[in-house]
Amino acid sequence: MDTFLDFISFKDPNVIYVVLGVVFINAASALIGTFALLRKRALIGDAIAHSLLPGVCLGFLAAGEKNLIFLMFGAVITGWLSTFAVDIIVNRSKVKQDAAIGIVLSTFFAIGIVLLTYIQNHASGQQAGLETFLFGQAAAISRQDVIIFLVVLLVVLVAIIAFYRTFVLVTFNREYAITLGVKVKAYEFLITTLTVLSIAAGIQALGVILMSALVITPAAVGRLWSDQLPKIILLAVVFSIISGIGGAFVSYSSAQMPTGPWVVLLLSAIVGFSILFSPKKGIIARYKKSRENRLKILRENILKSIYVYHEKMMDKSLSLQMTVTDIMETRRFDTDDLTSGLRYLTHKGYLAKQGKSISLTDSGKKESKRIVRLHRLWEQYLLKKTTIDSDHVHSGAEAIEHIITPELEKELVKELGITGIPEEDY
Amino acid sequence: MNDFWIILTASLVAINASVLGVFLVLRKMSMMGDAISHAVLPGIVVAYYFSGDRTSPLMLLGAALTGLITAFLIDWLAKKVKIQGDASIGITYTLLFAVGMIMISGWFKGNVDIDLDCVLYGDIAMINLDKIIVDQNLYLGPRAFYVELVAGLIIFLFVILGFRGFKLLSFDEDYGLALGINMNFWHYLMMGLVSLVTVVSFEVVGAVLVIGFLIIPAATAQLITKRLIPMIFTACGFGIIAVLVGFYLANWMNVSITGAMIAVSGILFFKVMMINAMVSRKKLRVKMH
Amino acid sequence: MKDQISIEVHNLTVSYGAGPVLWDVDFELPTGKIIGVIGPNGSGKTTLLKTIMGLLEPSSGYVKIQNKSLNEVRDKIAYVPQRTSVDWDFPASVYDVVMMGRYGKRNLIRRPNNADVEIVEQSIQKVGLSDFRDRQISQLSGGQQQRVFIARALAQKADIYLLDEPFAGVDAATESSIISILEEMRNEGKTVLIIHHDLQTVLEHFEYLVLLNTRLIAKGNLQEVFTKENLSNAYGGQLTLLSKVVEIIKATDFPIREKDVDL
Repeated sequence: MDTFLDFISFKDPNVIYVVLGVVFINAASALIGTFALLRKRALIGDAIAHSLLPGVCLGFLAAGEKNLIFLMFGAVITGWLSTFAVDIIVNRSKVKQDAAIGIVLSTFFAIGIVLLTYIQNHASGQQAGLETFLFGQAAAISRQDVIIFLVVLLVVLVAIIAFYRTFVLVTFNREYAITLGVKVKAYEFLITTLTVLSIAAGIQALGVILMSALVITPAAVGRLWSDQLPKIILLAVVFSIISGIGGAFVSYSSAQMPTGPWVVLLLSAIVGFSILFSPKKGIIARYKKSRENRLKILRENILKSIYVYHEKMMDKSLSLQMTVTDIMETRRFDTDDLTSGLRYLTHKGYLAKQGKSISLTDSGKKESKRIVRLHRLWEQYLLKKTTIDSDHVHSGAEAIEHIITPELEKELVKELGITGIPEEDY
Repeated sequence: MNDFWIILTASLVAINASVLGVFLVLRKMSMMGDAISHAVLPGIVVAYYFSGDRTSPLMLLGAALTGLITAFLIDWLAKKVKIQGDASIGITYTLLFAVGMIMISGWFKGNVDIDLDCVLYGDIAMINLDKIIVDQNLYLGPRAFYVELVAGLIIFLFVILGFRGFKLLSFDEDYGLALGINMNFWHYLMMGLVSLVTVVSFEVVGAVLVIGFLIIPAATAQLITKRLIPMIFTACGFGIIAVLVGFYLANWMNVSITGAMIAVSGILFFKVMMINAMVSRKKLRVKMH
Repeated sequence: MKDQISIEVHNLTVSYGAGPVLWDVDFELPTGKIIGVIGPNGSGKTTLLKTIMGLLEPSSGYVKIQNKSLNEVRDKIAYVPQRTSVDWDFPASVYDVVMMGRYGKRNLIRRPNNADVEIVEQSIQKVGLSDFRDRQISQLSGGQQQRVFIARALAQKADIYLLDEPFAGVDAATESSIISILEEMRNEGKTVLIIHHDLQTVLEHFEYLVLLNTRLIAKGNLQEVFTKENLSNAYGGQLTLLSKVVEIIKATDFPIREKDVDL
C-alpha cells in the first residue's frame, strides 16, 4: 500500500517523468495505431519498430554520443525507409505483403544488430545504454525525453484533428478517395510518417520488439467495444494509458520488473477481459443474448400452441381451460422447457393458473393472436414471392414470427395487399 | 576447426528453416512464422529453468508446444473472436514475448542462464563450448550441431512423407477439404515443425532473427523458380550462401555473426529482385521489337 | 434412371456470423443434366456449393449425395472452385495441379502410380492443354487456368461436378469449349452443377435451373423457371422484406431455426 501511495504521490521525482513519458507515448501510438489497424497494416508497425534499430545506431555513430534528437532522427529515417521497402517489394515482384514485411523486418533488424555489435566492439564507453533501445528501459526516461514525447503526441493529435475526415476517407475507401481527387498518396505518407514518429518515440520505453503491441493492441481492443471510429480511438487511448501507468507501477514496486513487458502484459489482460465481457462482441454477452432469444422463441411458441389448441377446439373466445397435456398434444415441447416457460408466462401475466388448468389472460389472448398473425402473414408472403412448396412455407415461417418488428409487420401487410388475410382468419 | 563447425551448424539452421519457409511464404503466412519464433520464448525459458543443463530434448519438445499454442491462439482470435488477422498475430506474439522477458528479468532471474542479447541473436560463436566427446578424446563436434541434425531429419521425414499434403495446403486448402482431407491436421503439423525449428535454433541464432532464415531465402527462391521442389533446393542454397558470406563478413568486421548472415541474406534478396526486374524488362523489350 | 436424385438439399440454413446466407433452401436435383444455379450477387450461390462440398457447416438441414452422406461418396463428387480463389503464382506446372485431383484421404502419402499418371494425362488432353503440360500455371491465360481446374476435377473421375463461376473472366471461345467438355460429360451420364451469373447465356447453357436469393426462389426445368416473374423476384429487389429480416437477425444474433419445430 505504501508503495502505491508513494507511486501516485510521485515521491520519487523520477516517477513523474516515467509516468508522463509512458502516458504520452501510449496515447500517441494508440491514436495513430487505430488508423494503421483499420488500414489492415497493423504488421507494418511491426516492421517499422524492428527497422528503427539501424537508424538508432547510425544516429549514435553520427552524433558520437547518446543524443536523443540524433537517435530519433536516424530512427525515423530507417523506419520510414522500411515501409518504402515493403511497398517496393510488393509492387515490383511476386512476393506478397506478408513475406515482404518479414524480409524487411529481419533484414533491417539484422543490420541494426550488426551496427550495434560494431559500436560495442569499437566505440569507447560512450555507447552505454544504447541496448536499452532493444528492450526498452522506461526508468531511463528523462525530463528532456518527456518534452520530446509530448511534442510527438501533440503533432499526432493535431494532425489527426486537422485531417480527421480525410484520414477516415483514405482509411475506409481508398479508391473512392482517389476519385474525389484527394491526394491519397500524400495523406498515406503523412499517416506513415506519424506512425514512424510515434514508434520511434516509444522504443526507449518498450524497445523495438514490443513496440508493435502499442500500435496494434489498443486499437484492436477498442474495436471489440465499439464500431464507431471516435469511440474506438478514445477507448484505445484510454486502455493504452491505463496499462502504461500500470506497467510503470509494477516496475516501480519491484525493481527487477521491466516496464515494457508489463505494459504489454496488462494490455493483453485488457484484451482478455474485453473478449469475455465486451457488451456486444464479448463471449458472455453473446451467450446471454442467444439464451434470451431461445427463451423468447420458447415462450412465443407456447402461446402459439395454446392458440392453435383453441382453433382445434373451434373456440373463438380463447378462454378455454387447458392442461399441460393439451399443450403437449398440440406441439411437442421438452418437459422442463415447457414447465419453465409456463412459469414465466404466468409470472408475466399472460397465463392464469388454477391448480392444473391453464388459461389465457386478456393480455395473453392479445399476445398469442399477434404471434399467430405474424406467422400467417409471413407464410403468405413466402407463398406469394417464392415458389417454395407449401409444406416448406410453414417451417420457414416458423422461426421468423419471433423477430418481425411492428414496422416490418406494416410493410408485410402493405406488400401483401389488403386482401392478404381476412381479419376473421386470425 | 571451430569455424568449420559454426558454418556447418548455421547452414543446418538455414536449411531447416528455408524448407519450411518455402511453405510459409507460399501460404502467405510469413508473419505466422514471425509470431511463432517470438512466442516460443516463454517455452524456452521454462524449459531451461526445469532442465537446468540448457537443452534436454524433452524440454525442447515442450517448448515447441508453445509455438503450437501460439498458432491455436492466433487462429482462435481471428476466427472466433473475429479480431482482424494481422492484429491477432501482433497481439499474440507481443504478449508471449513480454511474458518471456518478464520471466528472464523478473520471475526466474538468476535461475535461468539466458542473456537477453542471446534472445536477439543467439550465441553462435559459443556453440563450440558445448562439445560432444566420445572416449574422452574423440571430438565429434558441438552439441548444437547434432540437435540441428536431428531436427533436420525430423523435418525432412515429414516433408518427404507429407509433401502432397503440404503442397495441397499451400495451393488450395479448400480443394483439399473437398477431397475429404483433414487440412487442419496438415496446418498444425506444419506449425509444429515451424515451432521445432525456432526452438532448436534459439541457441544458435536467437528468437528474433530466425524469421530471417525462415522467410528471406524462401522468398528469394520464389523470385526465380517455377516449380516447388526446385524452389525448396534454391532456398536452401541461398540460405547457405548467406551463412558463408555472413560468417566471413562478421569475422572481418568483428560484429554479430547471426546479424551479418541475415543482413547478407536480405541484401541478396534485394539484389536478386533487382536483377530479376531488369531481366524481365529486357525480355519485354525484346518481345516488343 | 432418369429420375435418380443426384443431390438432395434438405431445409438447409447456413449463416456467416449472425446473418443467414442461405435460408431454408430445399431441393432435389436430377441426374445427368447440366444444372445452373443463378441469382444476384451475395445470394448465397457459392455458399450453397461450399456447403454441398462440406466446406461450410450448415446451421440446420443436411445435404445428401446420391442418397448417401457426403463422406460416403466423396470420390463421386468433384469441386471446381472459383479461379480467383487461389494464387496462380504458385510454383507448379499444369501437370502438378491436375495431379492434385488424384489425391485423396487414403492415398496422400503414397506416390502416384501409372494409372494415376494416365488419368492425369487424359484429363489434360481432354481440356486441350497437352501442349502446356509442363508450363508454370502463372504463365497461362485466364481461360487456360480455368481449364486446368476443370482437368483437375476430371482427374477425380467423379459422377457429379460442381463448378463455381467457370465462365468468369474467360473469353467466348473458351466458354464454348468448356461448355462442349461439360456437354460431353453430361452425355456420359455425369451431373454438372454450375454457378452462373450471366443471365444472357442461361438459355444456351442449361437444361435445369436453381434460382436463388438467400431463399430458394424457384427450381425446375429451364422453361418453367426462367420466367420474368421468377427473375424479378430473385433480382428485382421484390424481396426487400426478406433482406430486412436478415438485417434484424444479424443485429440480434437470433437463432434462425429452432430444434423443436417438428410439428
